[in-house]
Amino acid sequence: MDPQAAKFIGAGLACFALIGAGIGIGNIFGNYLSGALRNPSAAASQFTNLLIGFALAEATGLFGLLIALIILYG
Amino acid sequence: MAAEGTGHHGPMEQFEIKKIIDLDLLGHDISFTNSSLMMVLAFAVIVGYMLFAMRGRALVPTRIQSTAEVVYEYIAGMVKENIGEEGMKFFPWVFTIFIFILVLNIFGLIPGNFAVTSHIIVTFALAAMVWLVATFVGFWKHGVSYLKLFAPSGVPLWLMPIIIPIELTSYLIRPISHSVRLFANIMAGHTMLEVFAGFAVLLPWWGKIAPTGFMVAFTGLELLVAFLQAFIFTVLTCIYLNDAVNMHH
Repeated sequence: MDPQAAKFIGAGLACFALIGAGIGIGNIFGNYLSGALRNPSAAASQFTNLLIGFALAEATGLFGLLIALIILYG
Repeated sequence: MAAEGTGHHGPMEQFEIKKIIDLDLLGHDISFTNSSLMMVLAFAVIVGYMLFAMRGRALVPTRIQSTAEVVYEYIAGMVKENIGEEGMKFFPWVFTIFIFILVLNIFGLIPGNFAVTSHIIVTFALAAMVWLVATFVGFWKHGVSYLKLFAPSGVPLWLMPIIIPIELTSYLIRPISHSVRLFANIMAGHTMLEVFAGFAVLLPWWGKIAPTGFMVAFTGLELLVAFLQAFIFTVLTCIYLNDAVNMHH
């Protein structure tokens, strides 16, 4: 296989990490929303935790994106 | 970030560092670049805004003074909530980190401007500083017993050989995950804007409407991301400092 083509395929495969990030972020916001609808008075106090969880879930996906960028430009 | 007209530019070209003044110190390249220019501008805007907003120091704040007070109280609340009263020692530093990243992120969104936080070396330097300060504070406050952070209480002894390497790795990887989060978010957002700007340039007039509309909407989202990432960077700084100061584990 042409090494250039293999490079592009590898970069594309690395972006699969974003599937996990998508599932994780969806889970966090979905569960926050259902929790907030059950007990709206407690929702505001958990907003910081929501954003921390969002950041941690997102970071794992971004590591995959970083690998893709390293393959492409590194 | 803005479409350059010809469509021959790649989406990554916006991140190029250009030298403005060539400087050389003992063989090291310390040129004044467009990145340095944006940082100096951000610094000037922050200091100018704070001095201007707080010039009256009125008990009943004017409108601009209350905007500065909102930012102050927001970060002060975050520090108190995460670290406790003791954490207010770190408040000036945490506040500086927050407002510096926020202003750099928002500056980067102005079309044609250079986004400083889209370079990993900038965010890594900030994250490494946070990590070093947190580690130093931990050892300074707790001495060698700070190492207990890696052996959480309540874990059975046979689990320790697994837990300690995991905790140690997650501690050592903190500066990387901390910096990559900010860098990758800003860079991915700007690349996306540039790709859609490329569509708007290349397509005939009837095709320009959709990408342009998308770009307007996406710039709004990027404004949210700019704030959110500055916020998350600051919250994580507080959490790492909390580990060092209080050793909850």
